[in-house]
Amino acid sequence: MFNASLKQLSLQLAGKEISSTELTTEFLQRIKQTNPEYNAFITVNEAMSLAQAQAADQMIASGQAGPLTGIPIAQKDIFCAKGWLTTCGSKMLSNFVSPYDAGVIERFNQAGAVNIGKTNMDEFAMGSSNETSYYGPVKNPWDHAAVPGGSSGGAACAVAARLAPAATGTDTGGSIRQPAALCGISGIKPTYGLVSRYGMIAFASSLDQGGPMAKSAEDLALLLNVMVGFDARDSTSLQRDAEDYARDLQKPLSGLRIGLPKEYFAAGMNRDVAKAVDNALNEYRKLGAQTVEISLPNAPLAIPVYYVLAPAEASSNLSRFDGVRYGYRAGSYSDLADMYRKSRAQGFGAEVKRRILIGTYVLSHGYYDAYYIKAQKLRRLIAQDFAEAYQQCDIIMGPTTPTVAFNLGEKSGDPIQMYLSDIYTSAANLTGMPAMSIPIGFGDKNRPIGLHIIGNYFSEAHMLNVAHQYQLATDWHTRSPV
Amino acid sequence: MTLSVSDVKRIADLAYIEIDENEAKETLTHLSGIFNLIETMQAVDTSAVEPMSHAQSVVQRLREDEVTETDQRELYQSIAPQVEAGLYLVPQVIE
Repeated sequence: MFNASLKQLSLQLAGKEISSTELTTEFLQRIKQTNPEYNAFITVNEAMSLAQAQAADQMIASGQAGPLTGIPIAQKDIFCAKGWLTTCGSKMLSNFVSPYDAGVIERFNQAGAVNIGKTNMDEFAMGSSNETSYYGPVKNPWDHAAVPGGSSGGAACAVAARLAPAATGTDTGGSIRQPAALCGISGIKPTYGLVSRYGMIAFASSLDQGGPMAKSAEDLALLLNVMVGFDARDSTSLQRDAEDYARDLQKPLSGLRIGLPKEYFAAGMNRDVAKAVDNALNEYRKLGAQTVEISLPNAPLAIPVYYVLAPAEASSNLSRFDGVRYGYRAGSYSDLADMYRKSRAQGFGAEVKRRILIGTYVLSHGYYDAYYIKAQKLRRLIAQDFAEAYQQCDIIMGPTTPTVAFNLGEKSGDPIQMYLSDIYTSAANLTGMPAMSIPIGFGDKNRPIGLHIIGNYFSEAHMLNVAHQYQLATDWHTRSPV
Repeated sequence: MTLSVSDVKRIADLAYIEIDENEAKETLTHLSGIFNLIETMQAVDTSAVEPMSHAQSVVQRLREDEVTETDQRELYQSIAPQVEAGLYLVPQVIE
C-alpha cells in the first residue's frame, strides 16, 4: 500500500478493497512512528484528517468519487488551510491558525483528497536544505546525515519515506525540483500562472509557483489535473481551457529532440552526477530521442539575477508581518516602531532577515537602477536564450543539482554555497517555464540524483510524457529508502 | 561596491528589523559576499534591453466594483495579538 501509485490506490478505494479511513489511519500511524526521526511534518491533526477521510468514503459510496478522492496528500506548510496551524516554517507564524483555505487546498478538498498533515520547509521557503526552518531540519530518508534539500524538504522526505502517497510543494528558485532530486522522487513546477497563488504565503510573487511532488510522472499528471485552474483571487492566474495532463503519457518518443545546454554541462557538476545524466540520456536515445547541443549564454547569470529579484519581492511581501493583525508580536516594546522592529527581529530567522535586507537595499534610492532594473533586463536576456534554444529542440535536459545531497550543517554557515545548489533550477523561475526533476540513479554515498527537464511554456503534458516513457523503461522511481 | 556596518544598520532600520552591533557585523560579512556575486551582473551590457518584470506578458485583469467579501471580522480578529471592541490594539502613537 505504501508503495502503490495514485492510480492503484484509487482503484483499491473504488473497488472497496480499502476505505479512505483505513488508508488515512495507516499513513497517520506511519507518520506517528517515524516523524520524530524525520521531522518531515510540522503539524499532524488526526481528527481533521480522519473527518476528511470519512467524508471521502461517503463520496465513494455515493458514486461521486474522482481520481484523488480519499487519497491522503501532504500539504506544504506554506498553503493556508482553514483550521490548520500554518507556519510557513517560521516563528513569525507559530500561532497562525489559518481562517481560510488557499486556492490549492480548496481544489484538493473539492476533489475529496485528505490533508494528511502540513510539511516542514525552509522558513518562508528561503533555503535549499530545510535547515532554515524554525521547526528544525528534516532528514534525508536515504541517509539521515544528509539534507533533504529545500525549501520543500518535508514534502520530498514524506514522499520518499512513504509517509504520504504524494505531496504539494512550491518552487521559487528550485524548491520543488532540488528536494525531489535529493530525495529520489519526481516533482514538477508548472508554467507560472497555472496554479493559484491565493493563500500560498508569498515569497517572490513573480517567481512563486505551486506544484506536485510524487513517486512518478504518472502520479504528477493526476495531481496537476486537480491543482491547475483559474482563480480570480490571484491576479496573475491564467485563464485557459482545462487540459488532461495524463493525455499524452503513452506517446512514443521517437524523433524527440533533446537540447543539452553546454553551459549546464560545463565545470561545476560532480562526476557522479555527470555519469548518471549521461546514462539517462543514453536511455532516451534508446527510446528514439536525439540530442542536440544548445547554448544558453546568459544562464550563468541566473543566480545573481535571482538573488536581486527574489529578495526585492520578498522584502516587500514580508513587510506585512508586523505583529499587528496576526502572527508573532514581541513581549515588550517601548512604542509602535519599537514593536515592529522587535517583533520582526525576534520572529524572523537569520536567512529571512538577510534576504529582507538585500531586497531593501537593492530597492533603495540610488541603487534601484543598478541592481533591480539591471536584474530585470538580464531576466529578459535569459528568457530570450531559452526562446532561441527551443528553435533547435523540443525539450531541454541537464542535471537538477550539481551534487548529490550534502550533509546536514555542511553549508548552513555559508549562504553563497547554499545558493549555488539552485544553479540549474532558478532560470525556469525567471522565465516562468515549466520544469521538473525525475530520479535517474545514485551517486556518492548512495544518495539520489535527479534529471532536470525544462519544457516550453504550457508543455507540461509533453514533459510528463517524456518523463513517463523513461519511467516505463527504468525502475529508479520505484526505489525506496524504506 | 563596499558596504559598511553603518549601511547594514541603515538598511535594517528601513526594513524595521532591530539589529545589534554583533549581528550587524556578521550580516555585513554575509551581505558583502552576496553582493560580490550580484556584481557579476554588471559584466553584461544591457543598455538596449527592456526590463522584464513578469513571466507572462498579460494585462492586469479588472473586475466589477462590487462587494465580494463577507464580514468575517470576529474570525480574523480571533488570531490577532491584541484586540478590543473590534479594533486592533497597538501602542499609542499620538499623545
